[in-house]
This record gives sequence, C-alpha cells and structure tokens, in this order.
Amino acid sequence: MLVNRKLILAHFWFAFAVFGVALTLGAWQMFIRSPIGTWLSNPELYYRSLTAHGTVMGYVFPTLVAMGFGYAISESALEQRLVGVRWAWAGFWLIVAGSIMAVIPIALGRASVLYTFYPPLIGNVFYYLGVVLVVVGSWIWVALMSINLRVWRKAHPGAPVPLAMFANVAGSYLWAWTAVGAALELLLQIIPVAAGLKNTIDAGLARIFFSWTLHAIVYFWLMPTYIAYYTIVPRAIGGRVYSDSMARISFILFLVVAMPIGMHHTFADPQVGAGFKFIHSAFTALVALPTLLTVFTICASVEIAARLRGGRGLFGWVRALPWDNPMMLALAFSFVMLGFGGAGGLINMSYQLDASIHNTQWITGHFHLIFGGAIVIMYFAIAYDLWPHLTGRELIDIRLIRTQLWLWFVGMVVTTFPWHWVGILGMPRRMAYFDFGDPAIAPQALSVTLSAIGGFILLTSGILFLVILARGMRAPQTEAGPYRFSLAVHQPVTVPVALNTHALWVALMIALTITNYGYPILNLALSEGTSVPAVYVGAQ
Amino acid sequence: MSVEQSHASAEVAARVERRWTIVAVIIIVMMALLAAFAGIHRATMPQPRVETIDPSRIHLSGEFVESNLGSVLEANGTVTVRAIGQQYSFTPACIVVPADTPITLRATSADVVHGILIQGTNVNTMLVPGYVSEQLMRFTKTGDYLMPCQEFCSFGHEGMWGKVKVIDKADFASRAKGGGRLSCVGQ
Ligand SMILES: [Cu+2]
Repeated sequence: MLVNRKLILAHFWFAFAVFGVALTLGAWQMFIRSPIGTWLSNPELYYRSLTAHGTVMGYVFPTLVAMGFGYAISESALEQRLVGVRWAWAGFWLIVAGSIMAVIPIALGRASVLYTFYPPLIGNVFYYLGVVLVVVGSWIWVALMSINLRVWRKAHPGAPVPLAMFANVAGSYLWAWTAVGAALELLLQIIPVAAGLKNTIDAGLARIFFSWTLHAIVYFWLMPTYIAYYTIVPRAIGGRVYSDSMARISFILFLVVAMPIGMHHTFADPQVGAGFKFIHSAFTALVALPTLLTVFTICASVEIAARLRGGRGLFGWVRALPWDNPMMLALAFSFVMLGFGGAGGLINMSYQLDASIHNTQWITGHFHLIFGGAIVIMYFAIAYDLWPHLTGRELIDIRLIRTQLWLWFVGMVVTTFPWHWVGILGMPRRMAYFDFGDPAIAPQALSVTLSAIGGFILLTSGILFLVILARGMRAPQTEAGPYRFSLAVHQPVTVPVALNTHALWVALMIALTITNYGYPILNLALSEGTSVPAVYVGAQ
Repeated sequence: MSVEQSHASAEVAARVERRWTIVAVIIIVMMALLAAFAGIHRATMPQPRVETIDPSRIHLSGEFVESNLGSVLEANGTVTVRAIGQQYSFTPACIVVPADTPITLRATSADVVHGILIQGTNVNTMLVPGYVSEQLMRFTKTGDYLMPCQEFCSFGHEGMWGKVKVIDKADFASRAKGGGRLSCVGQ
C-alpha cells in the first residue's frame, strides 16, 4: 500500500518537468547545428544549452526517478510504512535547491564546462556546489533504502527479501559508491580551484576520478529499468518471472562488475599506461553477462505469458503476446534499443576498436540509444504503471500512451542511427556547428538533418508523455488496489544468504574498485609537476 | 499441477538456464581473448608509457618549442610529427607526412584538454595538459585528411580543425633533404 504518495509524486513530477526542459534544449541543439538551422551566430549559447541538457539528463532526472521509484518499492514490496519520511523530504529539497543552484550559473554562461567537467577548464563554483547538493540529497535516499530494508529484516528474520527491494537496494549501493569518484574530483580538486583557493589542477587525475563515476552511473540509470523488466513487466502482461534467483544474480553482478571499468573512457588518454586500461576493458566485457542473463530470463518470462494466452510453436507464441498492452510495447522497444546500443557498447569497450570512434558522434549515438532509448522508455512505463496508484485515478488514454511510446522509439532510432554513421566518418562530438560548405563535411549534412528531425519526434513524444500524466491527475477516481510486483514461476521459499544480503557483494565491489583504481590514482596523485594552470570559463 | 510435474519443470528450467549461462560466459571469454590477441599484436594499442611535461614552459624549451613542431625525417627512415593543441587551433595547423612510412605522432596541450582525430583513420588521441600523447600511425593513401579537435575545449571548439596532407614517399624525402621541420606551409 502506498502511503507517501505525495513524496513519490513530488519526485516524479520534478523529474519529468526538468526532463521536459532538457529535452526541449536537446531538440533545439540538434536543430541549430543542422544545415536547416544555421542562423545561430553565437555558439556560446549552444554550449550553455549542452551543459544544462547533460547536467539535468545525467544527474537530476534519472536520480529522481530512481529515488521516487525506490520509495514506492520500499513501501509496496516490503508492505511497510516508509521509515524516515522527513529525511526523504529533506533529500528531495536538497536536490531541488542543488538543481537551481547549478542551473543559474549555466544560464549566465559561467559554467559551460559540460556535465563531464574536465579540468583545467573550470566553471563557476556554484555550478559544482549545486551538483554536490544533488548527490548529497541522493545519498540520503541510499541510507533510507538501507534502513528500511534493515527494519523489515528485523521483523521478518530469515525471510527472502522481495526481489524488487533486493534490486532497489543493490542499485542504491551501486550509486553510493559510484558517485564517490566524481565527489572526490569535485571536493579535492575542482571546488578549491573554482573557489579561487588554488589555481593549478591535475587534469589527468581529474579525468581518472571522473571515469570512476562516468561509466557506473549508466548502470545506476539502468537499475530502475531492469527492476521494471523483472518485477513489473511479467505481471503487467500476465506472465511470471522465469527465475527469481537468476534475477538476483544479475543485480549482484551489476553491483560487483559495473564499478571498476570506467577507464575504458580513457583508452586514448596519455596519463595512464596500457596495462590498467586492458584490465578495465576485460572487466567491461564481463558487464555483458548480467545483461545477457536478463535478456534470457525476460524473454522466457514473456514466453510464459504468451503460452498462458494460448501461444504455440517454437516462435508462434510471439504472436500471442498482448501487443496492445503499453508495457509489452515498451519492453519490446527497450529491448531492441538495448540490443543495438549494447552492440555499439561492445565496440566502445574494445581495446582497439575504440580508436575508430573515440569521442566522435558515434559515442553520442551510443549513449542516447542506451539511456535515452532503452532506459528512459522504461521510466515512462514505470510512471504509467505507478500513476493510478499514486493519484487514485485511472489512466484512460491507452491509445495515446501507445502513440507516445511509438514516437519515442521511432524518434530515438531516427536520431541515433545517423549519429553512429557520421561517427564512423569521424565527425567529432560537442560541436556547436559545422561548416557544411566544406566539401569534406558536406556529405554529413543529410545525417545531421535526419538527427534533428528525430529530435523533434522525441520532443513531441515527451510533450505527449507529460500531457498524459497531467490528464491522469484529473481522470475519474478509481481504487487501484495495492501495488504488486511480478511473481516468479517458483516463488522463493528460502534464498541462500548470499542471494538475500548485499554485504558480501558490496565488499567485493569496493575491493575490485580499489584494485582497479588504487594504483593509477595513487601514482598520479604522487607524481610531481603534473598540475597545470586552471582555465576559467568566460575569463578572457 | 502435481508436485512431481513442478519438480520436473524446475529441472528443465535449471538446465536451460545453465546452458544459456555457459553460452554467455563463452561469448565474454572470447571477447576478452580477442582483445588480448589484437592488443599484443599491436593492431592499435593505447599508449603504454606515461610522460609528463610542464605546459607553461613548452614554448620556451624542450621538444615542443615552435621551431621543432611539424614533421621530421629520422635517420632510420621513420617520421616523427610533433604538434601542440591550444584554444582554438593546432600548431602546425597542417601536418605533412609521407605515405607508407611508420610515423610517430607526439603531441601535447598548452592549456585545456583537446583531442586529435584524423578522419578516415584510426588515429585518435587525447591531448591532456601536463602529459605527452604518443601514437603510431601509417597512411596507405595520399590525400588530404581533416583533423578536428574531438574534445570540447570551450567556446571556440567548433572552429578547431587541423589538416593532414599525406604525400608521396619520394616527394617527402626530397622536401626533407635539407633537414629541418616540415609543414604544409610554403608548399
Ligand atoms: Cu580543442
């Protein structure tokens, strides 16, 4: 039973509102850098917009979705009133305050450092402090999830922790540790320089700290999506989870191997030798495992639903699936985009292939396909599924919901596929405009135009999403009943301790991070003379 | 469903799961082995050594002084290219190199993080101030290649495009006869 509906709704509404703004900025950026909109004479506005888009989409939006969904899971899966509601509100308001604090210097053009903030380019100190507040707010959520699970365990000694909560807490621990990299970079390196206490900084070390956060954060974004795959989709389409333990193993594997791999972002960097890069490459290959297990388990769970509905044959059951059910549609789209994005990811993680596409538009295409595509479409699905339980009103626009999901899928494909293509041609990313008059660049004009069109399809879909949710706030009242999660074919009666607790896996996660990052960080931190003068944004 | 049936179905499930897990593990081991093989054979390799340099002094002394930038034919027949990235240009803005020759690119940044990417090739490296980037390259076709900066380096990033001119090996040798550093300038 969801008691703290206001708390959860506040998280979702703020998340989706800032998402709408960032989406509009994204569409505008694609428009003005395409040949159809080359009227912008001041590229500086482009980088302001890009910084805001990345900061919101990377830090604020997914964090709030994970938090809101996490509180809902805690209350409904554990069937227990949320412990620490006041703290939860405090965390929420910290994030609101942090977001505002970060956005003001961006809007003033004082923090156009992009969300990746790579020194020695340094923005206004309030931008960084705002990001820190967002992270601190989210850490309160991490603590609350852990505490709520502990309270439940005391009341239910030895009982299997419900899968949704087990995964939710794994996701929160992953985030807590993942954020440490950027936090160290901000607190030890950037903020002292941004505040004017120091004027030199080790740019190489900063990039390594940031890589600690930059990759694993994707798996944090992915967690709500995977929780939805396992614990919402099978129930919503009338099936069962094929294997409860396979699900637990997948979440544990994410916790352990998603962390110590970020240096694959620095394959082309001069400040780390080849050895540690290779180790990170091999570990990145390992992260494919939980996803491959998930693809199998979810396809099998969906097949169960199809066979229960009378589906027959080796592949004939696919036709028996409830394709008019938005959840089924969202899952299918998400899987297709995850497939393409994942294949691209294997190329990025390759020690050698990376050189062909490093820092090109391919990378933008890749992570928009994974995050904007596979992940965000399931955020939509989560919202649609939860909404009646949060508002006490039914969502009646089922046809509109299907249209919205279709538009998002088509828009994402139209946006990202051309990006992959021009990336292979060597088009660099993060450029405010291109000189399409140059014969060497002219052939890329068509691809860039296609992407811009995709951007507007996405914007239409995003607006439709907000409209559907807003209309849901005033639909006829209904009794949605308790919020339930999917049951497994064989519901666990007892679960081995290792699959029911996180301590061992958190220890392993930390140990692996230390072995994979400890030496390179120490080596860089102790080497003399690698600090360089800071370059302040806007100071000429 | 009887207890026996449910037991049998659990066994089937476990068997299928095990098979899928094995397939997944094999795929991943293959990927890691392929990467190791290609890496050891140096198809392309991330830079093995870490070299540091003081960006505030590169113009004054050492290998990155202005007069030492550009291409040079070494005694052993290879070519070394030295370049600097700074907001918002490369020096030299156009690099000239011979085809079919092993080339070592050595580059660094004078201010913020930049990147060197030569379109249509696998040459792609970051320029991080304080560190020297080194990359081996070899061109098989003559012609002009665009060389954009691939990392955001503040407001003029989109204007930071260099060029690489790959010329015939013999041509390059004759131009390099007098010693000194070559660039497209003065051609
Ligand atoms: Cu640059």
